[in-house]
Amino acid sequence: MIHICNVERYHAPSAEELQALRESHVLLKKYDYERKPLHRGYTDKILTIDVGTKEAMIADIPAEVKEKFIGGKGYCLRYLWDAVNPQTRWDSPENEIVMSAGPIAGITQYGGTGKTLICTISPMTDIPIDSNVGGFFGPYLKFAGFDALEIRGKSDTDVVVVIDATKGTISFEEAPMEHFDAHILCEELTALYADNENDKKNIAVAAAGSAADYCNLGMLNFSFYDPRRGVTRLKQAGRGGIGRVFRNKRIKALVCKIGGVKANLNDVYDFGLINKTGLKFHREVANNDAKQNDMRGVGTAYSLRTLADYDIVPTHNFKFGDAPGIDEMTAAVFKADWLTQGAADGCWYGCSMACAKASDHFLLKTGPYKGQRVCVDGPEYESAAGLGPSCGIYNPQEVLEINFYCDTYGLDTISYGTMTAFLMECYERGILNKERTGGLDLTWGNAADDLEMMHQMARNEGFGKIAALGIHKQKEYFAKMGWGDMNEMNDFGMEQKGLEYSEYSAKESLAQQGGYGLTNKGPQHDEAWLIFMDQVNNQIPTFEDKAEALYFYPMFRTWFGLMGLCKLPWNDIVPADNALTDDPKMVPEHVENYLNLYYGVTGQKIDTKEMIRQSERVYNFQRIFNIRMGKGLRANDAIPYRSAGPVFEDEYLWREERYDTQLVELAGYTPEQVKSMSLQERMAATRKHREDQYQKLIDAVYPKRGWNMNGVPTIAHLKELGMDLPELLEIVEPLQ
Amino acid sequence: MQLNHREYAGFREGITVQDVIDENKFTWPKLVVRCNGKVIWPQDYAQTVLQENDDLEVIHLLGGG
Ligand code: SF4
Repeated sequence: MIHICNVERYHAPSAEELQALRESHVLLKKYDYERKPLHRGYTDKILTIDVGTKEAMIADIPAEVKEKFIGGKGYCLRYLWDAVNPQTRWDSPENEIVMSAGPIAGITQYGGTGKTLICTISPMTDIPIDSNVGGFFGPYLKFAGFDALEIRGKSDTDVVVVIDATKGTISFEEAPMEHFDAHILCEELTALYADNENDKKNIAVAAAGSAADYCNLGMLNFSFYDPRRGVTRLKQAGRGGIGRVFRNKRIKALVCKIGGVKANLNDVYDFGLINKTGLKFHREVANNDAKQNDMRGVGTAYSLRTLADYDIVPTHNFKFGDAPGIDEMTAAVFKADWLTQGAADGCWYGCSMACAKASDHFLLKTGPYKGQRVCVDGPEYESAAGLGPSCGIYNPQEVLEINFYCDTYGLDTISYGTMTAFLMECYERGILNKERTGGLDLTWGNAADDLEMMHQMARNEGFGKIAALGIHKQKEYFAKMGWGDMNEMNDFGMEQKGLEYSEYSAKESLAQQGGYGLTNKGPQHDEAWLIFMDQVNNQIPTFEDKAEALYFYPMFRTWFGLMGLCKLPWNDIVPADNALTDDPKMVPEHVENYLNLYYGVTGQKIDTKEMIRQSERVYNFQRIFNIRMGKGLRANDAIPYRSAGPVFEDEYLWREERYDTQLVELAGYTPEQVKSMSLQERMAATRKHREDQYQKLIDAVYPKRGWNMNGVPTIAHLKELGMDLPELLEIVEPLQ
Repeated sequence: MQLNHREYAGFREGITVQDVIDENKFTWPKLVVRCNGKVIWPQDYAQTVLQENDDLEVIHLLGGG
């Protein structure tokens, strides 16, 4: 086991290297500004930068916007709406990247209080994507005087935008010599803008990576400096191609520099309450984490082994769920051999849950950095499951190397994993072959060629250009080339609305099929993770119950995105006496903590009803935003059959007894009938039943959410929410 | 005996909470176990013998935020 005491510090760029970088910078434009300090979690200012014209503008955030949209994702969507029109596509100059951290973000007394939400029109879905990320940039932006940042326009050269709160300046600089890959670029810029070693922790960088120039699944890294290791580490706003938009605007990086993090920079309403709530939480983590999930030991990857026991880990592109080789890469293996223990691995100050684990001085075996030793963050559960079992890979070293290159190249690990699994299945089915892949052997488990494909993506070469498209456009391309049948690929290509699925197999949970299918941005589990409640606990057996869950959880979880909160401290650790509460799954004491934090920061008392209401306003706004951009109706909530049931014979045979039993118990066949049916007949009957169930689920969910049967929010519901804004009514009125 | 509101086919004389957890591969680290509404703590799983009319709930708490 590796302990932080034995980890050598990383080498920083030398003084000569930094001098050369400094001299190469060209200042294009610089603005002075007066920093407005925070008051009760807000500055009420938004910074708009146009990288095309190199303008920086500061405006007040109107009280009505604050009241209805709160912050975080609410602000991102509101300002994005105002910037775009129905014809705007991801690469239109008016498309914006908007980021906002939310009122609670930046406090340091409670766990998980440093998240930033980012929205843009996605190159993968053509609708707004939202993605959350840890790291320093969002909270530092608040400390620099801004509740939100909107970025518009397109630069004609690569540009770095520097917000320096210590000097009160915003500058646009050409920075031609820095590397493009995030692990080096963020290190270079951190060293360059810090006054000295001690000042590095005051620098936050946002950067994509070289593959984000070409790949729709490009993501955005946010840095956080780790003084113990002496290295700049990265967290990711992974989903939906934000990094692609960032690079299309030719932004090389954003830098935010502050004078230091202090206990009460948010100038909160009741600091004592926040402190008290935080202390209670930290004690709970210290006492219970090792007995519960061991987040401090292994991070979210703790669940890899155990989820395989429930057939939930996507295996061979979600065909199966039991990840048969998982014993080779369990959390215990990662902990024993790879992940450094004993470090304060929080992605924001004060997060005692500290799940941002790292593998130190990891030796790379491939690609441009072959032979170098680097710090690899993660892997989180999603990355490990998607890059590993879904592609038939069970070697921790290989998974870590793929994870590292995804991060530094600026690729979303979830989309990359799900997409590679799709390509591997295409290879298995003969839709792809070596001739079509330019020699890549995409057999299940072939990590070497998986990595080679990713290196090609970063170089914009060969089959990497096709991999860069993502599943949705790959299906179209393969069909156009006459390589594959569109209907068949639609069944097993795990994407919806253009976004690749995140890494849970939902076949045995109808509610989770809805948890993926009835999302705003596409199939990401952050709206609703209902598999256990449904599949195992059987707590929501009826359509009515499932619909209630698919109303409540997406709203509850949206709230974290309005506030700048990480969801993990809500339920990845629970109080010791949680079992004795009325509703243990909701972790009532933690919900109370969140209401206290909101009150402590803003001075406004709310209850859970108002919490849901705040989210519901933003949630419905996003749904209507989707409709405005051409998606967001019932037809767009259809899911690939693979997420609901077995597409191919080997998939059915894997759990034949289960499926046969369900035909009797759930679909109304007699045992004799099932016995007399061929495999194809049983598969067809299973499919019909499961597809019917999904439609019935939609019929139950839409009214619960205040939508009509086409998935359009009703005018009455918008009125009730106080969201009968003219621009929303204009969209929904013709669809009532 | 009921397990999570479904008839438990594996019921037999002398079966304990721990047996049910093992047989069903309930390996999730955060379980709340209730028998007829009463919480059973982990240290008591192996000693708690179940009866034919018992209503056992093994609630898996959510994870992943
Ligand atoms: S729980 Fe993990 S991801 Fe969430 S804030 Fe803490 S370290 Fe970051």
